[in-house]
Amino acid sequence: MEKAIKKSWPFFVLPTLGAFIIGFIVPFAMGIWLSFCEFTTVTDAKFVGFSNYVKVFKDTVFLHSFWYTALFAVVSLIVINVIAFLLAMALTRKMRGTNVFRTIFFMPNLIGGIVLGYIWQLIFDGILQQYNTALKLNEWFGFWGLVILVAWQQIGYMMIIYIAGLQAIPDSVMEASQIDGANSVQKLFRVTIPMMMPSITICMFLSITNGFKLFDQNLSLTAGQPMKMSEMMALNIYNTFYGSVGYEGVGQAKAVIFFLVVIGIGLWQLKATRSKEVQQ
Amino acid sequence: MKKLLSVLLVSIMALSLLAGCGAKEDKGSVYYLNFKPEQDKQWKELAEIYTEKTGVEVIVETAASGQYETTLKAAMAKSDAPTLFQVNGPVGLEAWKDYCYDLKGSDIAGQLSSEDFALMDGDKMAGIAYVIETYGIIYNKELLQKAGYKAEDIKSFADLKKVAEDITKRKAELGFAAFTSAGMDSSSDWRFKTHLANLPIYYEYKADGIGATDAIKGTYLNEYRQIWDLYINNATCEPTALATKTGNDAVAEFTGKQAVFYQNGTWAYGDVADLGDENIGMLPIYIGVEGEENQGLCTGTENYWCVNGKADEKDIKATLDFINWCVTDEVAVKAMCGTEKAMPSGEAGMGFVIPFKACLESTNPLVNQASEYVANGATSVSWNFPTMPSEDWKNGVGSALTLYAAEQTDAKWEDVVKAFVDGWKTEAAK
Repeated sequence: MEKAIKKSWPFFVLPTLGAFIIGFIVPFAMGIWLSFCEFTTVTDAKFVGFSNYVKVFKDTVFLHSFWYTALFAVVSLIVINVIAFLLAMALTRKMRGTNVFRTIFFMPNLIGGIVLGYIWQLIFDGILQQYNTALKLNEWFGFWGLVILVAWQQIGYMMIIYIAGLQAIPDSVMEASQIDGANSVQKLFRVTIPMMMPSITICMFLSITNGFKLFDQNLSLTAGQPMKMSEMMALNIYNTFYGSVGYEGVGQAKAVIFFLVVIGIGLWQLKATRSKEVQQ
Repeated sequence: MKKLLSVLLVSIMALSLLAGCGAKEDKGSVYYLNFKPEQDKQWKELAEIYTEKTGVEVIVETAASGQYETTLKAAMAKSDAPTLFQVNGPVGLEAWKDYCYDLKGSDIAGQLSSEDFALMDGDKMAGIAYVIETYGIIYNKELLQKAGYKAEDIKSFADLKKVAEDITKRKAELGFAAFTSAGMDSSSDWRFKTHLANLPIYYEYKADGIGATDAIKGTYLNEYRQIWDLYINNATCEPTALATKTGNDAVAEFTGKQAVFYQNGTWAYGDVADLGDENIGMLPIYIGVEGEENQGLCTGTENYWCVNGKADEKDIKATLDFINWCVTDEVAVKAMCGTEKAMPSGEAGMGFVIPFKACLESTNPLVNQASEYVANGATSVSWNFPTMPSEDWKNGVGSALTLYAAEQTDAKWEDVVKAFVDGWKTEAAK
């Protein structure tokens, strides 16, 4: 068996490796290279050094979108995870119909972001119209609209991960704590949550990076209105790339910075929550 | 971004697969990236006819509405890039000028009815307009009459204001409003942030004797405010509701006889044709500038054909032959100019007015109205919006207009002025 693997490993590895190189490594390297270039099409670029990066830091809208995005990521992180966790707790009780509820809560996750954005736009505008206003007239309407939309969409997904985590806690541990006289609050904070840390790590990582990378929903719900004030980073990059002639490279430079920010925050968060994980 | 890139890459791969299917012959081939989704079917049919006739392969691909630049950027990066594409004017040309083949002295350049329809980049003829369009305020004759007015009564902004405000006053009694909703949804906001904004720019350019600028002064922005006020306060709906109104809403209101006026262009004929040719006409957009009695409709183009100069020599030749055929051959010209049953297959034609010698008389009443104005001595307003500095500028103005419509204060109008004047400067400096 091992001999066979030794002999024919390229047969198994190469297709995936090839796909990985074509689909990830090459575009990624090209993307970084292009951030130092001025170009109209990606195959026809002229090296210009750091001038794109200089322009990025002069762009006040980009700065605004960074803080707006960061705030959104934090708020959506809290909303999604708290609600998802509570739902998971509720749906692991021995109740009738838990499977039906799990399915229903998971379903919004199956709908594409663009469609969701337009549907929620109709809903929000329908309500706001009663008060003679609209979603794109105020950036905070857009903000909370996005939070509601994303929460609605992602809670089900995180809930499934939490349910799996909850079910993995051995009954013996819970029983032991009960015998030791822990009340339900103590059981939650001293036993359940520490035992759940791996799931919490994953869910927080997913929701914070999703929050930063949010694009489709932002594009279809507010499109950055009013005056780019509800434009998040991914949309800002897209609009820079296509919005002004000769700004493709600047958009690319923003994308590289964006990548560094997201990966930095993601790794820091992973480290922070990992350190709280306990051995079972 | 990663996701975007990979999607792009995959689509490029898929596209090149498609393009790779065509057998390459010595005759070269034509690959047309079409801008107008409305005419996609007609172009494909024309391409087939041409291939049948000459054996030269013609591929027509159409970008989704609003996605042309995006699609073009991806397509031009392929090894089999489009040989025929389009730019929207001087600003669009800026991005693509390195790709434009010099059309000077080509057969099609000789077919132009006026040199004005060529897009020049210094001495180089970078593009050639293939369609001329006109916009203004489309009105419903029947309703206007019901309100007690005729089109001849409206010769200036003051007249338009009088008529519109009178209709608003009697809205309940008449059962219709003056204007369709000036929706600021992205399906409709271009009518105001681009087309309506053309008028103050036109008058400023005219007063200063220039054709483009890096710093607009906003001399006629008060007039812009006047007409915008008129549009939003005499519409079918409350001004605060405009932020969410769509292009389809306006069409529905106009064809549903809920409003007399609807700002749009000759291309919208298909949408409003149900009212009957005898019932629709087009008025100039008066904004209250002195001497506007002589103002005609807004006529121009933002559709220029460019030939990809980086393509294969043979393909360039084939492309030049193809576009020349399009504007000289009887069948092709009929397809481009005609409306009903103009295609050999019996489908409707493209309904264009083309700036070439072979242009046929149009059956589109809105187009004919435009010629009528010119015949009566009015001066057409040229299209200056292709000189707007960027998409971002238009979006900024549109956004400010939306906010102003919801809250009509001087402070909010200041924001429009800021987006218009300061925004122009920043965007032009990019």
